[in-house]
Amino acid sequence: MVQYTQIRLDDSFAALSDATRRGILEQLGRSDASITDLAERFDMTLTGMKKHVGVLEEAGLVTTEKVGRVRTCKLGPRRLEEETAWLERYRQLWDSRFDELEKVVEALKRKETIHGRKKRD
Amino acid sequence: MDARRETEPTPMKNRATVERKSEREIVVTRTINGPARLVFEAFSKAELLKQWWLPKSFGLTLLSCEADVRAGGRYRLVFSHGASTMEFYGRYIEVTPHSRLVWTNEEGDDGGAVTTVTFEEKGGKTLLVMHDLYPSKEALDASGAQGGMSETLDQLDEFVATLGASLGRS
Repeated sequence: MVQYTQIRLDDSFAALSDATRRGILEQLGRSDASITDLAERFDMTLTGMKKHVGVLEEAGLVTTEKVGRVRTCKLGPRRLEEETAWLERYRQLWDSRFDELEKVVEALKRKETIHGRKKRD
Repeated sequence: MDARRETEPTPMKNRATVERKSEREIVVTRTINGPARLVFEAFSKAELLKQWWLPKSFGLTLLSCEADVRAGGRYRLVFSHGASTMEFYGRYIEVTPHSRLVWTNEEGDDGGAVTTVTFEEKGGKTLLVMHDLYPSKEALDASGAQGGMSETLDQLDEFVATLGASLGRS
């Protein structure tokens, strides 16, 4: 089970090795968008954007649907959940740890202030 | 001593970002309110490190924390998770006060990652960049929970379920 998950994650990570594609996913996380919207937002040609979306689609991270003349892109149903969930979980884990770190640093700061070592800001 | 007393939420909450930079690298960045020398101190003194490295919300109990923070010095964190005991351990490769820490993670059986932390102070705050470099893509993938933690994804799920619950409270 874990291995299967990891293989699937591998594909996704390959698709995510590109900053533009990560940006596209972030964007689609906020709202669905057409290829044209995305091309404009990322200042790319339609052809360039189609290629990126194609890679994401192959990795199962994005699905597209053509309605009339407009191809709308949205986040892939399952693998993206897994992918972003993984990163988000990892992020939360670190955030939680760093929140505690910040408290420790805050306590150190107060201690310094009490001991008159406060530096001018 | 009691660093946990201040629990009121800060108005401008800092947020970590996570990026898988390459097949072998994961980078976590986060701004910490406080000067680099204090953030560095919190990393480099065992009695401080143990106050934050395993937040209560992880559902783990820290049994011991030793850290000899100098080049060549070793660290070992032992904690319990349910009935089992786990350890993180390794060696400090580089210790540059207030700016850079590099350590190995030797607990996994995959050769282990090297963690580099840089501390960059700006306007009284510190930008922390934690960079984990794995010996291979496979090692990173196999590490499951990442960040030098060699638990499975399932265990990570458990951590985060509790973590999510506690975050939701704020």
